[in-house]
Amino acid sequence: MSILIFAEGVDKSIKKSSLEAVSAGFALAQKLSTEAIAIAIGEYDAAALQELGKAGANKVLHVNVAGYPSAIAYASIIAGAAKEAGASVVLLSKSALGDGIVSRLSVQLNAASATGVLAVPEVSGDTLKVRKSIYTGKAFAELSLTGAVKVISLAKNAVPVKEDGAAATVESKTYPLSDLAGKLVHQKEEKASGDILLTEADIVVSGGRGLKGPENWGMIEELAKILGAATGCSKPVSDLDWRPHHEHVGQTGVKVSPNLYIAVGISGAIQHLAGVSASKVIVVINKDPEAPFFKAADYGIVGDAFEVVPKLIEAAKKL
Amino acid sequence: MKILVCITNVPDTTSKISFSDDKKKFNDAGVQFIIGPYDEYALSKAVDIKEKNNATIVVLNVGGPETEPTIRKALAIGADEAIRVNAAPTDAWFVAKQIAAVAKDGGYDLILMGRESIDFNGGVVHGMVAELLGLPSVSPVMKMDLEGTKATMAKEIEGGKEWLEVSLPFVAGCQEPIAEWKIPNMRGIMSARTKPLNVVEPVAVEANVSYDQFSLPAPKGAVKLVDASDPAKLLDLLKNEAKVL
Repeated sequence: MSILIFAEGVDKSIKKSSLEAVSAGFALAQKLSTEAIAIAIGEYDAAALQELGKAGANKVLHVNVAGYPSAIAYASIIAGAAKEAGASVVLLSKSALGDGIVSRLSVQLNAASATGVLAVPEVSGDTLKVRKSIYTGKAFAELSLTGAVKVISLAKNAVPVKEDGAAATVESKTYPLSDLAGKLVHQKEEKASGDILLTEADIVVSGGRGLKGPENWGMIEELAKILGAATGCSKPVSDLDWRPHHEHVGQTGVKVSPNLYIAVGISGAIQHLAGVSASKVIVVINKDPEAPFFKAADYGIVGDAFEVVPKLIEAAKKL
Repeated sequence: MKILVCITNVPDTTSKISFSDDKKKFNDAGVQFIIGPYDEYALSKAVDIKEKNNATIVVLNVGGPETEPTIRKALAIGADEAIRVNAAPTDAWFVAKQIAAVAKDGGYDLILMGRESIDFNGGVVHGMVAELLGLPSVSPVMKMDLEGTKATMAKEIEGGKEWLEVSLPFVAGCQEPIAEWKIPNMRGIMSARTKPLNVVEPVAVEANVSYDQFSLPAPKGAVKLVDASDPAKLLDLLKNEAKVL
């Protein structure tokens, strides 16, 4: 028996959300008196792989395969590793890629699955009890997962990253790829490079229609840069093409769960709130004191964004 | 060309969510049910394909008789026939098995659905269906162009988009802006009443997930307002009180 954790990377380093998953895997392995094995797929150097040890992995399986990283390919590799390691739980971080992996793994391993779990699962005999957000952040559900194998993805920023794990042994591995993987032909990719990923960020600064036009986003980007934050936007802003769709936070966009969410010029429609309600602290800056977002906020400033944000930038520079 | 569109019957996005006193059941009193918004993008895309390529659209829902108004709406929007699997959609695995059972011998070239349902937000049914049927799957798809038996798609990834190509048949989880939502016209609404809606019984599935209890988030305390002339005060509170800077 063991716990297998899939670690996803970006630009050859392990994502923070995956380190969270490894830390959760370590905690669960302690509860079950077993070991936590991390699996990293792709090109990583030794230092990147040791991050997994620090986060709690006892052992790291490194599968250095090139080629297009689809959920189909990853699922077949992880299934191979899970069978070899006799894994009773496979953990990973919730994302679109993660959803694809969970769905295929749960069929291949005949496993019970849950996505977007909010804490380290509780153990009750052979059952794992997990908590997840439902109705897009408006409620929670407690689930029981039964059966010999479970596949679980964790919501981002739900579990703190452990930093004092021992050095992990690293093994180079190969596992068979599903024939299906070759059916997806990757053509190209368009990605903002160097920016902090919205879904991985500890702080998010979002702008809404109150900013009046895309030409006014400079101050949002500047504030985000100073705070080490990612930038987001409301649905109308993405619909108007002021900002790209992958920045749209809300019910039908990206769901975020940062430590701090700063909303500038966003009124707070229920669909937007659905995407941000998992944030730990919410700050709202809006000139309309009746904006519904203030009801969901922890801190607020009633004022004109064009006056408040530049002052905030000046103050943030002095932090 | 034959397209299967799987839809969920979910509370309107503006619904207030509540549960029964024993916290075991969703309280549907006064709640307006709709086609899942992501599923509606999938259906709209199917209608676009039908207008261009002369396809047949079958819409599928796993649910009790109460979901039929939602299914009829999908028929009014442009689906040609409907199948309702007569069972409560208890979890993703159960629903995926039902869809796979319907799709297995249906000869579908394309199976479309939303990237996730907006009630349980699992995001795994499309992948499960694809795996059960031995098909490739892609999600979340934002753009899809069909050329003969090949599809070119743009899929959202963290921080951007990627383009890929895949041959039919395959499964796709859809999201905006794959197609514009269609507003049913009077002819659509009239004809929806007489389009076939076949009810089939579910296949047996061994459950391995149970929903034990539901709860609502704790009410939020009052917002702490900072004067607009002193944003430095806000940063001070975020740093020293909330400890998030």
